[in-house]
Amino acid sequence: MSSATLSRLRFSANQIAQNLAAMNPDKAVLATADHINKFWDPRMKARIFEDIQGEEGRSALSPVALAAIEYLAGGAEPKSQTRATEFNSVNEIGHSDAG
Amino acid sequence: MGFERQADFGTPEVKSDELVTLTIDGREVTVPAGTSVMRAAAEIGGSIPKLCATDNMKSFGSCRLCLVEIEGARGTPASCTTPVMPGMNVKTQTPRLEKLRRGVMELYISDHPLDCLTCSANNDCELQDQAAAVGLRDVRYGYEGENHLGLGTDVSNPYFDFDPSKCIVCSRCVRACDEVQGTFALTIDGRGFASMVSAGQDGDNFLSSECVSCGACVQACPTATLQEKSVKAIGKPERAVVTTCAYCGVGCAFRAEMRGEQLVRMVPWKDGKANRGHSCVKGRFAYGYANHKDRVLNPMIRESIDEPWREVSWDEAIAYTVNKLREIKARHGVGSLGGVTSSRCTNEETFLVQKLVRAGFGNNNVDTCARVCHSPTGYGLSTTFGTSAGTQDFDTIMDADVVLVIGANPTDAHPVFGSRMKRRLRQGAKLIVIDPRRIDLVRSPHIQAAHHLALQPGTNVAVLTSLAHVIVTEGLVNEAFVRERCEWDAFEDWARFVSEERHSPEFLEAVTRVPAQTVREAARLYATGGNGAIYYGLGVTEHSQGSSAVIAIANLAMATGNIGRPGVGVNPLRGQNNVQGSCDMGSFPHELSGYRHISDDATRQLFEKDWGVTLDKEPGLRINNMLDAAIDGTFKALYVQGEDIMQSDPNTQHVAAGLEAMELVIMHDLFLNETANYAHVFLPGSTFLEKNGTFTNAERRVQPVRKVMEPAPGYEDWEVTQLLANALGLDWNYTHPSEILDEIARLTPSFAGISWDRLDREGSLQWPVNDKFPDGSPVMHVEEFVRGKGHFAITEYIPTDERSGPRFPLLLTTGRILSQYNVGAQTRRTDNVVWHDGDVLEMHPADAENRGLKTGDWVKLASRTGETTLRLEVTDRVAPGVVYTTFHHPGTQANVVTTDYSDWATNCPEYKVTAVQVMPSNGPTEWQKEQAELTERSRRIAGAAEMEPAE
Ligand code: SF4
Ligand code: SF4
Ligand code: SF4
Ligand code: FES
Repeated sequence: MSSATLSRLRFSANQIAQNLAAMNPDKAVLATADHINKFWDPRMKARIFEDIQGEEGRSALSPVALAAIEYLAGGAEPKSQTRATEFNSVNEIGHSDAG
Repeated sequence: MGFERQADFGTPEVKSDELVTLTIDGREVTVPAGTSVMRAAAEIGGSIPKLCATDNMKSFGSCRLCLVEIEGARGTPASCTTPVMPGMNVKTQTPRLEKLRRGVMELYISDHPLDCLTCSANNDCELQDQAAAVGLRDVRYGYEGENHLGLGTDVSNPYFDFDPSKCIVCSRCVRACDEVQGTFALTIDGRGFASMVSAGQDGDNFLSSECVSCGACVQACPTATLQEKSVKAIGKPERAVVTTCAYCGVGCAFRAEMRGEQLVRMVPWKDGKANRGHSCVKGRFAYGYANHKDRVLNPMIRESIDEPWREVSWDEAIAYTVNKLREIKARHGVGSLGGVTSSRCTNEETFLVQKLVRAGFGNNNVDTCARVCHSPTGYGLSTTFGTSAGTQDFDTIMDADVVLVIGANPTDAHPVFGSRMKRRLRQGAKLIVIDPRRIDLVRSPHIQAAHHLALQPGTNVAVLTSLAHVIVTEGLVNEAFVRERCEWDAFEDWARFVSEERHSPEFLEAVTRVPAQTVREAARLYATGGNGAIYYGLGVTEHSQGSSAVIAIANLAMATGNIGRPGVGVNPLRGQNNVQGSCDMGSFPHELSGYRHISDDATRQLFEKDWGVTLDKEPGLRINNMLDAAIDGTFKALYVQGEDIMQSDPNTQHVAAGLEAMELVIMHDLFLNETANYAHVFLPGSTFLEKNGTFTNAERRVQPVRKVMEPAPGYEDWEVTQLLANALGLDWNYTHPSEILDEIARLTPSFAGISWDRLDREGSLQWPVNDKFPDGSPVMHVEEFVRGKGHFAITEYIPTDERSGPRFPLLLTTGRILSQYNVGAQTRRTDNVVWHDGDVLEMHPADAENRGLKTGDWVKLASRTGETTLRLEVTDRVAPGVVYTTFHHPGTQANVVTTDYSDWATNCPEYKVTAVQVMPSNGPTEWQKEQAELTERSRRIAGAAEMEPAE
């Protein structure tokens, strides 16, 4: 993986953590983990899990982002933490995240 | 359907609960109070002669042809200006009236060239019809008197002519321009006999005037004075098919008027619920690209992008593509393939592309261009309201008292809605504009914004939070609404947060550059001025904090109680025609149609059973991630339907590197666009005139698109996707898009009640359409939010990492203009280029002077990412320190300079803020030269050596 992609992943994780922390500091770690779990493809997740094995990767992440990645790397599946990650169930209407 | 003009009731429909019953020619009729006698007569099938009245503008009462007799009333009043009264007894046809009408008609005809037989409006002319209707046989005044017959024709507009010799000075055109379009380009000069219609000032013609070529005057004109050039060239249409505009998210309905297989003209359909009979220059006139010589009509393949294209049969193209896909999948794994759906294609086509990716490629690597425009709307509105679907319909603007426009330019980007908004503003609604640039709306005829907050690009969240600060600290919150409809705890947290001194307009003035007093006044006006409606666009979403800004907007609306009734709401103005639809259809990598997450077992099972496949439960890659993965070597093949990611996506060089790294790029489009420079397979696409299907506009309105001619390359786009799918072994058997729509309805709860037959019958339906809402849902969140209580979320202003500095001291922001659409692939191939033939850079006079630059100079625009050259326009529309341009032209490639920064939640790119420097230039940059060369090289077609490059 190119270093550009890796640094974009780190940047992105930090950006998510920073904004979600501003919204609700108490839920910041779980909300960040939930967001990444719902929107990142497996190879991106795998790459960032691998990245936090090393010191460089760990120090590139903010404490919230790092805690969130560690949580996911441990195999946990967080529940929805914000309404933006609550999706319709199979027969439901109402929610839409149309852009 | 044969050819008939749409019925004209003479005066506009009136809405009133009070009904009035009267008698017309012995027949009783009941109509809403305020209706004109003329309209009442028309509603029972009568037809009072008329010339100056038409039903999309106020009556004027000038021609005196529509006289009637009313029992007990003196004289013969004009029926178009006389409102109905209870018990009225009206006679519309009497000998006395006939005589009067003939006299009027005679005067008109004596000054009219009687070349009806050779006139292009013959049999489609109201003057002719009315002359017949009043039984005119001869003209006593003779034709020799003073007349206007010798006047020359103004042919300056590329789409219509103005032949003043045929004008009867009914002023319908002038009123259409004023009332319907709101441009005020036309006037009646002179008085009495000397009076004449003229465009603009002395010496102007239509092209040089303020005219924006919307066509409203042409449609209003009862004679051949204002007429489409195409009618002269092709002849009178013989049938009409109702369809939907394929350009912007307004979703105007048109009658495609045909003669044989030729499209004579597009006329806005009066029953279209999104446009109500109006149009803009794009939908009305800019369809010529469909026959442009650049259109590719045969499939083409090539082994490498350095080779010329080779034209092949459909069979060969499909077999070649599918073999490659199989081979790449075998070598690089199932995650190495992906697709991009288009917001310009129909719901059915989009649905099939995502189905192909999920069921055929075997992964969820599908994304859509909504990623790069409104994805933050999805995130922000779901966070606060529980859903992002547009809450209101367009009509609702007529009930707004305060209109707050943020980062949108409706008169250019959503023109038909912009006209409606202007109409409401002329009626007295107040306007607040938040935009770094002085958009036209800020000051236009009879409209003046109460406040223009010309903020520093990138500070939306700061400005919105300071508006909230004022509303909360000055006690302007609608507490009753918040208590009833929103989560009170979250509100309290939010109110505490925005009340902090660091969010006051005074404190933030240094960051936002908006005078604190202006912020305060705007906040007061929005909170207390009556119904407050917010309309916003890409100037809100395309930022690092796009999602936060959308949340901040929703917070403002909830705090002031501006949700859930007509005239209020939070209204995203979506860009392309089918952005809503492409999202509904499951184009995002994390969800299936109807916004159900791919990880949900029950949802996956529903689709797996229907499709007979197993679906991957992990979300796929977004477009930008696909490009990253391509550079990393794990993503190898991409099917792109109808998008030009090379020109529309940010940081062009990164896109180029990603595409170059792929082994198979399949481009499915009308033209060899910029992305096609990197493609190995080109599958020719069909235009909206060549296919059936549906589009969903910004109001969630699903409308039919109807085929009026055969697809030039032989297949509609959905058929091409089906060919690919079947070659991959999927066994699809659709014979008509209605069957795809049935599948969508079967698998998507919000579409449950939608079918092609119903749309055909009813014209349009707003989803959700199901057992609970059998006729669809025009307004959402009426009683309560879809997800219970509204949620206030805190939005901390976090400045973007893209900052101006000594090397890049200016901030660039980007936008669009009326005559061009998106990357311009279509509109650049029409006569719309007379209004805009290249992107220009707008710069404030102070900045220009510092650099010794003037209007018309070639300048180099450089950022940390790249550089390009274009022409300069010096204007005080932009503030000092800010420059602005559009991205319609590939020669400029404004996205060469935009960066990789993107919205934190959705990766929507930060198009609206780039730190740049501008300096004199004497020619194209190296990148532009390379690209021009590459374009030329990569558009070669073997055996067609003489072919011109397509651009
Ligand atoms: S085309 Fe539209 S803008 Fe131009 S004069 Fe006619 S009504 Fe006015
Ligand atoms: S140009 Fe047509 S609409 Fe305008 S005043 Fe003349 S006849 Fe009437
Ligand atoms: S406003 Fe939009 S939908 Fe309507 S005609 Fe213009 S481009 Fe088409
Ligand atoms: S139509 Fe009524 S006065 Fe012209």
